Amino acid sequence: MLHYIGKRLWQLIPVLLGMTFVVFMIIRAIPGDPAQVILGQQASESAILALRTKLGLDNPWYIQYFDYLMGLFKGDLGESMRTMNPVSDEIWGYLAATFELSLFAILIAIIVGVNAGIISAWFQNSWFDYTAMILALVGVSMPIFWLGLMLQYIFGIELGILPTTGREEVRTPVESITNLYVLDTIMQGRFDQLSTVLKHLVLPGIALATIPMAIIARMTRSSMLEVMRSDYVRTARAKGQKMFWVVYKHALKNAIIPVLTIIGLQMGMLLGGAILTETIFGWPGVGRYIYEAINFRDYPVIQSGILVVAFIFVMINLVIDVLYSLIDPRIKYD
Amino acid sequence: MNKKKLWLLAVLVMLVFSTILAACSSDSSDGNKDGEDKDGESSEPKILVFGRGGDSVSLDPARATDGESFKVTQNLFETLLNFGEQDTTINEGLATKWEPSEDGLTYTFTLREGVKFHDGTDFNAEAVVKNFERWSGGTEDQFPYYASMFGGFKDDESHVIKSVTAEGDYTVIFELKRPQSPFLKNIAMSPFAIASPKAFEESGDKFGDNPVGTGPFTFVDWKKNDSITIDKNAEYWDQELPKLDKVIFRAIPDNSARLNALSTGEIDLADGVNPTDSKTVTDNADLQLYERPSMNVGYLGLTNTRPPFDDVKVRQAVNHAIDKQSIIDAFFNGGAEIAKNPMPPSISGYNDDIAGYEYDPEKAKALLKEAGLEDGFEMELWAMPVPRPYMPDGTKVAEVIQKNLADIGIKAKIVSYEWATYLEKTKNGEADAFMLGWTGDNGDADNFLYTLLDKDNIGSNNYAYYSNDEVHDILIDAQSEVDEDKRNELYAQAQEIIFEEAPWVPLAHSTPLLAGKANLVDFTPHPTGSDRLNKVDFK
Repeated sequence: MLHYIGKRLWQLIPVLLGMTFVVFMIIRAIPGDPAQVILGQQASESAILALRTKLGLDNPWYIQYFDYLMGLFKGDLGESMRTMNPVSDEIWGYLAATFELSLFAILIAIIVGVNAGIISAWFQNSWFDYTAMILALVGVSMPIFWLGLMLQYIFGIELGILPTTGREEVRTPVESITNLYVLDTIMQGRFDQLSTVLKHLVLPGIALATIPMAIIARMTRSSMLEVMRSDYVRTARAKGQKMFWVVYKHALKNAIIPVLTIIGLQMGMLLGGAILTETIFGWPGVGRYIYEAINFRDYPVIQSGILVVAFIFVMINLVIDVLYSLIDPRIKYD
Repeated sequence: MNKKKLWLLAVLVMLVFSTILAACSSDSSDGNKDGEDKDGESSEPKILVFGRGGDSVSLDPARATDGESFKVTQNLFETLLNFGEQDTTINEGLATKWEPSEDGLTYTFTLREGVKFHDGTDFNAEAVVKNFERWSGGTEDQFPYYASMFGGFKDDESHVIKSVTAEGDYTVIFELKRPQSPFLKNIAMSPFAIASPKAFEESGDKFGDNPVGTGPFTFVDWKKNDSITIDKNAEYWDQELPKLDKVIFRAIPDNSARLNALSTGEIDLADGVNPTDSKTVTDNADLQLYERPSMNVGYLGLTNTRPPFDDVKVRQAVNHAIDKQSIIDAFFNGGAEIAKNPMPPSISGYNDDIAGYEYDPEKAKALLKEAGLEDGFEMELWAMPVPRPYMPDGTKVAEVIQKNLADIGIKAKIVSYEWATYLEKTKNGEADAFMLGWTGDNGDADNFLYTLLDKDNIGSNNYAYYSNDEVHDILIDAQSEVDEDKRNELYAQAQEIIFEEAPWVPLAHSTPLLAGKANLVDFTPHPTGSDRLNKVDFK
């Protein structure tokens, strides 16, 4: 197993390297001059030229790319052109915020999605099955933007039970240590704040979870249906085992593999949803960070931001692959 | 995974979930009460949470170029002169007196005494000199506003300021190389706020993260892309101010979400309210609507060098073809006035005698015929991809314009690019006609007419590629004319020529909207977009 993980990590290098090149070329291919955008409409021509020189934008692309790579090998993700701060300093806070939100969302998605899928399969063609699958269809097709605003309206304004934006009650701010506020408040023993922080997670969490939840539910259902028709399930039932036990122990274990794949992919997809969710809910996350960097043509932030996110995506998929073999010993990698 | 592990996982998940549920079901008082006091003190601090569209880029006003940065620095720092509460007249600031010499080449400023920077150092003439030395010794990418307002840096030929000298502790003398009419207005701009020399010398490039000024509030904390917190400056020279104990600026990018946050009490003041949401605000007894005085212009630029817009008759025809009133009614919710000049009426020098092109499709058709284009023509109409104060919904407005043009036989195809691309391509003169706008920097006519329509600024802010020597001469004369009346006359003249030549279709001067809690008092939105919050209070 270790050998396999080592091999996978080794293979990562050309993948990430290729990605830096593609991202590097694409963002330079789109029109829009960073110096112009950073200095704004008001800027004079000479100011723009001066900034371009300072940012190294007047060098040929291969020199810029080489400089960037050299920096990366030294662990330097570059400096934001707009704020002049090192990307590595800035990105951690944003990553932590997105990580917290995504984890919360994926938990909701897995818990609700897997269970809804199981129950739908268990009671195939029942009213629950129909309702759940129609809801799943709605969930997949609902624009996050609209859903987010509706959630804010219903739970924030009409019912008044949940906050609509941000990560915390800013009037009594969380003192951040790790920037994972749930962890921070627990570490400081501030359980009043923990409750506020969790409340802030609920609406964006649901908005972000909706699509993966729907997809996971549908995948679980079809995967379970297939397994439940198999011989060993019939045998288990014939032996008089309780249905609950049959479903959650025997069937689920075999049905979960394709679901895991979907979960892994969805975790990667969350970032796409995160940009919108973070915008609607004023969440200071990495999706918005990169999105704004694209608007400002802040090359180092775009390059390194995407690199870091891609790295996380690849790592999640590695973890999922390892989980396969833990769940199903028949899957071996060596 | 063995059974034990599975159970452990299940228990963990349940634990997390039940905490969440517990959190949700606990009573709904979500800390929405202003200034919840955990120490049980009797007096509640007055905290204002100001929701806005984006985060600041830097809190060093000299380096910032974006409005969101100035919104904060305006309260941390002070300038020698201030703009009026809701206009751009010149008032005292850190300087209590200012005297221009008759030839307009020397300005003597008398400074306020007894003012201290937040780090405890004294504000005096020496500090002012050091600030100007810092800026004038900089480079364009460091202090872009300094360069554009004062014509460059120390060693540049075009630099306006010859010297800044301290005479005693509280007198500063500026000597200019040539008269600069908007000099005092420039001095009052947010970027030229006076910072603590000790602080900027020590922090260097990091000054933007540790700003130290003399303003009514002091910097506390900046959570990037989230919130900036500033506290009351207890040592502020005006003991009556500020009224608030704390201000928190929060970035909530989406306009509707920001208004939602205001309705739930998460924020107390919301910038950038959609015109279409104004009724929601006025219908809510807990909220009030604010109008920011207009200092902008939204326009349809016609690239004057591209046929057929190189023909003045065609440009005039387009001007007659567009029904501005219905655009304003439909998309600005009436919160704008029809533009007839390239600058808003609030600016001194505005020529109100100009009639403007009335909506008259027949006249437009006749003009097209005169230009030999009675069968119309095809063109691209570029629509702004982002809402701006001067243009709430570019694409929808473009659709109306498209319909108006179709009525006189012009087939316009709507084109849009992402914002940075849009600006770049427009600047390169690639559009036939494009929507754009401008918000003034210092409330001076020069900042509209010269910046947007002088031939010097082609390839910069003159996106229409309009070039007229007569206009150029007038605008250059006006730049050094010290007599305000004569200056206004020159601008009036320039506007007449521009009206005849119709390089654009000026569309609207919008009134940007804000919304606040009903118990908020003495908030006066400033036309520049940078609001001083020192007098704001809760009832």
